[in-house]
Amino acid sequence: MKPYGYFPGCSLRGTGAGYEYSLLALFRVLDLPVEEIQDWNCCGATSYMSIDEESAFVLSARNLALAQKAGCKDLLAPCSACYLVLRKTQDYVARYPKIGSHVQESLRAAGLPPLNGVRVRHPLEVLYSDVGLERIRSRVVRPWRGGRVACYYGCQLVRPYDEVDRAHNPTRMDELLAAIGAPTVDYPLKTLCCGGALTGTMHPIGVRMNYILLKEAVRKGAQAVVTVCPLCQYNLDAHQAEIRRKTGTTIDMPVFFFTQLLGWALGADPESLGLKRAISGRKSIAQWFAKESAEADAYV
Amino acid sequence: MSERDGLRIGVYVCHCGTNIAGTVDVRAVAESAAALPGVAVSRDYKYMCSDPGQDLIRQDIQKFGLNRIVVAACSPHLHEHTFRTATRTGGLNEFYFQMVNIREQDSWVHEHKGAATRKAIDLVRAAARRVARHRALEKSRTPIHPAVLVVGGGIAGIHAALTLANAGKHVYLVEREPSIGGHMAKFDKTFPTLDCAACILTPKMSAVKNHPNITLWTYSEVTAVEGYIGNYKATIARRPRYIDEDLCAGCLECIDACVFRQAKVPDEFNEDLSRRKPIYVPFPQAVPLVPVIDPEACIEFHSHKCKKTCVTACGERHAVNLRAEEKLERIDIGSIVLATGFRAYDARRSANYGYGVYPNVYTALEVERLINASGPTAGEVVLRDGRTPQTVGIVHCVGSRDENTNRWCSRVCCMYSLKLAHLVKERTGAEVFNFYIDMRTPGKGFEEFYQKLLSERVHFVRGRVAEVTDWALDSSEEGRLVIRVEDTLAGLFRRIPVDMVILSTGLEPQPDAGDVRRLFNISSSPEGFFLERHPKLAPVNTFTEGVLLAGCCQGPKDIPDTVAQAGAAAAEALALIDAGSVETDPNTAYVMEEACSGCKTCVPLCPYHAISFAQAARKAEINQALCKGCGTCVAACPSSSIGQNLFEDDEIFEESEGLLAYA
Repeated sequence: MKPYGYFPGCSLRGTGAGYEYSLLALFRVLDLPVEEIQDWNCCGATSYMSIDEESAFVLSARNLALAQKAGCKDLLAPCSACYLVLRKTQDYVARYPKIGSHVQESLRAAGLPPLNGVRVRHPLEVLYSDVGLERIRSRVVRPWRGGRVACYYGCQLVRPYDEVDRAHNPTRMDELLAAIGAPTVDYPLKTLCCGGALTGTMHPIGVRMNYILLKEAVRKGAQAVVTVCPLCQYNLDAHQAEIRRKTGTTIDMPVFFFTQLLGWALGADPESLGLKRAISGRKSIAQWFAKESAEADAYV
Repeated sequence: MSERDGLRIGVYVCHCGTNIAGTVDVRAVAESAAALPGVAVSRDYKYMCSDPGQDLIRQDIQKFGLNRIVVAACSPHLHEHTFRTATRTGGLNEFYFQMVNIREQDSWVHEHKGAATRKAIDLVRAAARRVARHRALEKSRTPIHPAVLVVGGGIAGIHAALTLANAGKHVYLVEREPSIGGHMAKFDKTFPTLDCAACILTPKMSAVKNHPNITLWTYSEVTAVEGYIGNYKATIARRPRYIDEDLCAGCLECIDACVFRQAKVPDEFNEDLSRRKPIYVPFPQAVPLVPVIDPEACIEFHSHKCKKTCVTACGERHAVNLRAEEKLERIDIGSIVLATGFRAYDARRSANYGYGVYPNVYTALEVERLINASGPTAGEVVLRDGRTPQTVGIVHCVGSRDENTNRWCSRVCCMYSLKLAHLVKERTGAEVFNFYIDMRTPGKGFEEFYQKLLSERVHFVRGRVAEVTDWALDSSEEGRLVIRVEDTLAGLFRRIPVDMVILSTGLEPQPDAGDVRRLFNISSSPEGFFLERHPKLAPVNTFTEGVLLAGCCQGPKDIPDTVAQAGAAAAEALALIDAGSVETDPNTAYVMEEACSGCKTCVPLCPYHAISFAQAARKAEINQALCKGCGTCVAACPSSSIGQNLFEDDEIFEESEGLLAYA
């Protein structure tokens, strides 16, 4: 089987390392080969887009061209921001001749092939479409015994491109987690903004948005939030102490990557899932993962 | 015919006010045409279609001895008939005429005057070359069968059928559902007069049932149509309802007797808000009032072990027949009225409004049924848990005026939203909010009704609703639905907690409108509503002669407009019938017998079954009455032995050469 091209992006090598660990572990368990694109660079990033669109498109297109050069048909982009920027680059290059010619010219100058149709894919959709619920269900070795979870998709994954899931009411993460026996709650804020970069630039506003999401998850009876994006995960995980201090609430819940729960259920080595990196809800994590394995404490 | 043979063409270039003359230099076109071989006179004129314009043609024929006419003006759809008539009344065969479209296909679609003028000159040259080859032809007449098929038994079909029947014509009314009545039968009141929908509809329904000139087939669908104007043949499949309509007395005892004590099947007529039995009548005033058995739900059709209490209850009448089968009816008709209606937009597609997720989000049609006295709650407006709502939000334009779903305005939603606001407030005393983009109240008494609602203290918030959610920010929102909206008049983002949300869903083409369109060989606009022949001047005709449109299958409209259009469609059908026959263009194909080798290639290709093979002569034969002039056989004939009137090879070649001869 042809390996999936893999574009980690900066977050998965930093705050979102747990995502990379668990993603690679999960794909190993499922016998899905993954090959990292050599010499990749920044995806073009939403922040760069807003300052210099042309350069950002070129930056992004370089990664696509590298993937093509390596012979990839599918390029995995686990970070929602990377996914969106890469996908947007393809779309704009095809749709707007001015951007297209600028990008293709720049690629030629760098000795890279012109863009033609590598498929940018998010692991959520790969697991859903290429692997399928049936196969996931049949491969479960540790059915989920932890708490109820709220599936949170964030704002960038399904909009404006709704190829990963439905734009207004995505459900594929819910279905995947149901397949490993995890009870999910109805979560109306599943596509609301997590606060994004505002937690860095306008901190109180960003944290208030984190709080809205966490509070609603609690209200719906969730004991954990599961995400598909490193920034969402970081925002919801890292600011809970501050939220407790400011609001007087007692919110302390784990915020997982969906690949961590799936990896656990399908029998990946618990140590390879990056659970140790969790900031919030460590008690619940210790408890849930200890149920299956005596050594689980060691991974938390 | 050539100049030497006395060819004398008259060319007329129309200004159409500034419609053509604004973009095309009509004088230059006329001057250029004057120099063409065989042209005896060439003129430009302000309005060729006016009486003086037509007189010009007639006078010139006499004065200059013209024998061919070319008019460069608008689309032949509009005025070919006018100018053919002028040609004929001027003393020539009307087919010694050719029309050039320099409006729709030139001045209206181009901006550059020089280029548009050159195009007009080329088109006129082509026509002048073509018309020289035209032959004298005669129109034929086709008799019109006096019966009419009306498809769809909503208010449009009912009104059209009654109008025709009252004029003494025989009507076949075919309805897919077990009862006629359509959407209107589900409503409680109608806007803006608030008169009872049933009170005005049910008399018409029973009139249909009792009318000697109407054959009513419910639970039936048209499966095949062939023929042409005046002489259509249709096949209607009558699904078995398992209760014989002729034997049933409408006592409904079979329903009471059904082994299902509890009604368990979702009731379509009540928008699934209640349950019905496998044997049922859709609603108390159904026409015909004959029960129907739903084979999906009836256990006899699954296990064959039912005690068949319905059969026992019917007793001596023997109306219940569980072995009934589909019946095919074949009918001859002269014209067809399509009144197949609409379907309401599926609110699930607008996932941000939470329909199907939050139980207290309703569609407008569901609330129509709640308000209706014969509905699932006997007219009580209550939530699914039985509570009476204290606050109600009505969301306009769900699936209308929306780039993501349907772009058109559904025309009726503003008004029915006002009606529902009034009725809900009247029944519950609730505080009612309307969320609208624009209030569209352009009918008789509509704006007055809106003003009345304003004085009833119904709230109006201008803004498209972003979402309906149960995400509560504080205790006042806890356990309720929250409508998030930008109030564009106040300049605020608002969160308005309500107990009940009503989604004013728009109108869409029926899901199988595409199949119906193909069945009746008509066109539709891109979104799927059937296309009228002309949006202003032929709003009930289609491009297929003898097929007429009424009601929402042609586009969203309210009841008054639907009834008006149904009346117009009936009048068009009557005009055809009373004319007795219709003139048809002689654009038919014919076989040149001496050249036909009898290879039969053409026979199976004809979509109208007009070609047969004459065994004795071993030649193909084309029935002139059936031929529609599509040209398929002409193109397919390997020995070029099929010709077509008005589209002869030499005519087409001359036209092409004229077009390509850059002078």
